[in-house]
Amino acid sequence: MVTYIIRRLIWSVVMLSIVSIITFAIFFLVPRLAGATSEDLAARYVGRTASAEQVKVAAEKLGFNDPLVVQYGRFAKGIVVGADYDYGPGVERCPAPCFGYSFLTRLPVWPDLLDRLPVTISLALGAAVIWVIAGVATGVLSALKRGSFFDRAAMSIALAGVSMPIFFTGMVSLVLFSYGLKITVAGGTYTPFLTNPATWAYDLLLPWITLAFLYAAGYARLTRAGMLETMNEDYIRTARAKGLRERTVVVKHGLRGALTPILTIFGLDLGLLLGGAVLTESTYSLPGIGKYAIDAIGRQDLPQVMGVTLVAAFFVVVANLVVDLLYAVVDPRVRLV
Amino acid sequence: MQKTTRLGVAALSAVLALGLAACGGGSTTTPTSSGAPAAAGSTGEFNGALTAVVNPSDKKGGILKLANAGDWDSLDPGDTYYGYSWNFIRLYGRSLVMFKSAPGKTGNELTPDLAEGLGTPSDDAKTWTYKLKAGIKFEDGTPVTSKDVKYGVERSFDKEVFPDGYTYFNDFLNWPKDYKGAYKSKDVNTDSAIETPDDQTIVFHLKQPLSNFDYFAQLPATIPVPKDKDTGAKYKEHVISTGPYKFDKNEIGKGFTLVRNDQWDPATDPNRKALPDGYDVATNVNADDIDNRVLAGDLDVDVTGTGVQPAALGRILPDPAVKAGTDNPTGTRLWYTSINGNVAPLDNLECRKAVEYAADKTALQTAWGGEFAGGQIATSLLPPSIPGHEDFNTWVPGADNKGDVTKAKEALTACGQPNGFETNIAYRAERPKEKAAAEALQQSLGRVGIKLTLKPFPQTDYFALYAGKPGYAKDNKLGLAMNGWQSDWPDGFGFLQQIVDSRVIRDTGGSSNISVRDPEVDKLIDQAMEQTDPNSRNGIWTQIDKKVMDDAYILPNVWAKALLVRSKNATNVFVNDAYGMYDYLGMGVK
Amino acid sequence: MSFLELKDLRVHFPTDDGLVKSVDGLSFALERGKTLGIVGESGSGKSVTSLGILGLHKGGRAKLGGEIWLDGEELVGASAEHVRTLRGKKMAMIFQDPLSAMHPFYTVGSQIVEAYRIHNDVSKKVARKHAIDMLGRVGIPQPDRRVDSYPHEFSGGMRQRAMIAMALSCDPELLIADEPTTALDVTVQAQILDLMRDLQRDFNAALIIITHDLGVVAELADDILVMYGGKCIEYGTAEDIFERPEHPYTWGLLGSMPRLDRDRTERLLPIKGSPPSLINVPAGCAFHPRCTFEDRTGGKASTEVPQLVETEGGHLVRCHLPRDTRRSIWETEIKPSLEAS
Repeated sequence: MVTYIIRRLIWSVVMLSIVSIITFAIFFLVPRLAGATSEDLAARYVGRTASAEQVKVAAEKLGFNDPLVVQYGRFAKGIVVGADYDYGPGVERCPAPCFGYSFLTRLPVWPDLLDRLPVTISLALGAAVIWVIAGVATGVLSALKRGSFFDRAAMSIALAGVSMPIFFTGMVSLVLFSYGLKITVAGGTYTPFLTNPATWAYDLLLPWITLAFLYAAGYARLTRAGMLETMNEDYIRTARAKGLRERTVVVKHGLRGALTPILTIFGLDLGLLLGGAVLTESTYSLPGIGKYAIDAIGRQDLPQVMGVTLVAAFFVVVANLVVDLLYAVVDPRVRLV
Repeated sequence: MQKTTRLGVAALSAVLALGLAACGGGSTTTPTSSGAPAAAGSTGEFNGALTAVVNPSDKKGGILKLANAGDWDSLDPGDTYYGYSWNFIRLYGRSLVMFKSAPGKTGNELTPDLAEGLGTPSDDAKTWTYKLKAGIKFEDGTPVTSKDVKYGVERSFDKEVFPDGYTYFNDFLNWPKDYKGAYKSKDVNTDSAIETPDDQTIVFHLKQPLSNFDYFAQLPATIPVPKDKDTGAKYKEHVISTGPYKFDKNEIGKGFTLVRNDQWDPATDPNRKALPDGYDVATNVNADDIDNRVLAGDLDVDVTGTGVQPAALGRILPDPAVKAGTDNPTGTRLWYTSINGNVAPLDNLECRKAVEYAADKTALQTAWGGEFAGGQIATSLLPPSIPGHEDFNTWVPGADNKGDVTKAKEALTACGQPNGFETNIAYRAERPKEKAAAEALQQSLGRVGIKLTLKPFPQTDYFALYAGKPGYAKDNKLGLAMNGWQSDWPDGFGFLQQIVDSRVIRDTGGSSNISVRDPEVDKLIDQAMEQTDPNSRNGIWTQIDKKVMDDAYILPNVWAKALLVRSKNATNVFVNDAYGMYDYLGMGVK
Repeated sequence: MSFLELKDLRVHFPTDDGLVKSVDGLSFALERGKTLGIVGESGSGKSVTSLGILGLHKGGRAKLGGEIWLDGEELVGASAEHVRTLRGKKMAMIFQDPLSAMHPFYTVGSQIVEAYRIHNDVSKKVARKHAIDMLGRVGIPQPDRRVDSYPHEFSGGMRQRAMIAMALSCDPELLIADEPTTALDVTVQAQILDLMRDLQRDFNAALIIITHDLGVVAELADDILVMYGGKCIEYGTAEDIFERPEHPYTWGLLGSMPRLDRDRTERLLPIKGSPPSLINVPAGCAFHPRCTFEDRTGGKASTEVPQLVETEGGHLVRCHLPRDTRRSIWETEIKPSLEAS
């Protein structure tokens, strides 16, 4: 078990390195293959009125003339020991872990990411609680009342939920609940949890529900299918034969049996979301990792994009690891070797 | 009871609005149909804020809420190059002169701000002197001197530190050789460019005559910066205010708040009402959400002033009640087609005339986005809001603007190409509207036998390597090229010089002027640059506009328009022509 | 009245294709301390009968008719909740495949504890001790350690022992074992059967063993009930069934019985054809399409449903063949062939 975790952790670090190399290559190697020069890359950082000479100076200063390996090495070194960035009249220290320095905002990327992480975590975790409870409960009820009106209605709504994009549901709910009925807050409103937990929850209510709706739909369908399968298992009959109450049979025996695939999907979904709920954050203008990513991509701010990609990859890799570990907890037949 | 009071107030404000419009001296008056819609909506009528103040009030207090779908290039006065930013910066920074905070054409007028009066030119218009008002202070109470203004301009020189800014001062002031700006050339004497004989006087020395230097003096780079508080590229995180508001909280990428600056003395400032207690600005907000919030009254201003998104357009236009709360100003941007006289047979004026006549301008308008979001059909170069604009239409493309096929064919015959000819049209591949416009031309010119082949090019190198490089354009027969221009300020120089002066065309490419080569036009430009009397100068710009149209080197498509939504909570709402959007200095909160 | 009495039990499932009469008019009685073997092919209704007694027939879709009397209580008309309180406590069940019948995610101990605590208001600690006792009683070595093992960590025989421990944990008065040894090796089968016999004696429970294999019940059962097509076709003491079977189907079952005392390589004598459809039950005797002696019924086999009649001393047979014919066929044709093979 311990050796398994250690091996997986090492593998995670390797994975992240590979992701960082690929991301680096996409942004620095691919444009070069397409014919871009160091100056073309530097042009993004020097504004609209720069002369050719200024661009050249910038390219040199940003290190775009060095071999790619050297550039990547510098980036990787920055993560471990930090780096110094010359921003014109002065030099800014970017302490470890230095995930790059944006020459557009003149800010190191890491503090930005740390600053935005709580928003994304709040959004993802809150929504996750709602969608797991709502999705699983709906799925269980649908499975137990298979073919009933409830089942059909729930599954139709679930289909709609899965099919409707968040920028649509989000915008419609903002117009309806925030601007029409005025029962929820406007887009872009966020209060940190530590400032006021109640306001925090109230501000995030609509994004939570919208995001949860999308996921709950999928979880309801997944749970329903899983429950239909497990409720036909022999061990359910055994549980009933013991004289257990039906609710105990359904929850403790049936749902527990159907939980494994749900847990897998949940881990990956949550990992992906923690790396940035891009659509939800941009629809609701929430300053989280996802919005940061979209804005960075829009500005072609490569250091920021690199940083955000690595953070997203980190969460996915960690989520994978956690899911595999949880597997062993949920299903004792699984051995971690 | 409540209701009648509100109606009464609404009616009163409507009356006030009409009165102000009359006093404002605008050349056009607000169309007053019945007054009923104004009273009912209480936000006035469609285009009501173009020429008059909607909801006039002197009530102080409240917080104005603004949002930006993107982010400022920079809040630093030395490093910002967006029109909305120049409009907004007047809240926390005072430049030597400024545009009046007033509706309609009055907004185009320059008025002293830090300075006691507009600039005093030398006879050759190469030296400009400004006297600063007494009693102006930074937010920390330090008095503002001419040296702070000089330092502000000097620091803005360094484009490595301030990559986003313009280069007007770099290019026109008589800097010492090899000057690199305030940071890298710390001890260099810059008196050859800017002199400060005393704390209240600043003198600019130019390399060439510049009759309109007052427009330079309104640029944010003349906003004073205290040298000991300057943090270079980081200064944008806390700009030291000279205006009525100062920065409270500033989170780059998320937003910032402005609060009252108690060191600002209204006695020194007749231009700013400073009604709200503060400003709450959010950046990187979803663009569609901004529209919805402004329409719902939850947000006051979309600060970029570039108009609503297509989604909101569909909600606003069909509903007269909603439409009444919007304005559709024509900005200072012209979308046009360059007609390259270097490419035969367009070297013949008659063939260029044929293009002008045959073009279906209504189709072009549709291609650019229609009447409200695209623009107004353009008949000449200078947009209506720029002084010097005159209504004329040299080549009338039919009474219905759909093209005059008969006259086009006559011109083709005169050109010796009675059956038409073939040429190419260049456009920027990333811009669907340019493509649509090029297709509209392909369609309408095809009616008289002028066959166009569409040639898309990447926009980053459009001017440097393709359409803007004379050799390439000629060799590849780019007879027509889609183009666009917006002036940095509402003045003939700002609008025309870069696109009609043949001397800006370089063989190495990169110029925005890719077709106008007329020595007479060049001569007229030189005259205008030396003419310090604004009225005479504007007359010359009119002449230049007409001459270029006579040459038929440019086919004007549309003057860009944007549909703006008026805040439901704001008072003193009006469009300032200088910025083509709502004036952020006058607005208050109900 | 006997401890368990079924009177004309009917379990019918409405389906899209028609009404499935899984059990159609079954009656028998069983006393405490006695063992009944219910024998039949799959689909004969034997498992449905046991589920019907426990109230575990599929949800609301099945229609239960007739009467089930358990210790003086009628169960068909009783509320589902009441039947639930009896399950596990008064009547318990052992299932065929202990691997799938035990929850894979819970330890064996916790599953026994759960069963015990439903009906006994005791602490977890006490219940755990009881579970360990039960595991020891069914012959699991080191029960205090194995109590925390998961089902997949047990061998097949161990699992079935654990299953039995679970079923017996509340000291039930009626124990139903549905194919308790089918999934097990032959040697383990014998051990489990021995265990069940011992335990039944200790607990003095009524035991129903359901199987397709007469061999399983040969040693264990006092009475044997042979089912075919949802009906009882022969009922009698073990001696009746093994020594004097009268129904051609029972003969078939005897012929296809694998016996420990015979070489495994010897060919079994299968019954020709396949079990009847429960929707389109053959007219007349349900077994007649497969019956070798159908021609000796004078045509009644395909037209008339035979009645269950007592042939002598509680031995019941459902067959159109005249009694003498049946006996002579058994004596002259079937018995010698079974002995010869």
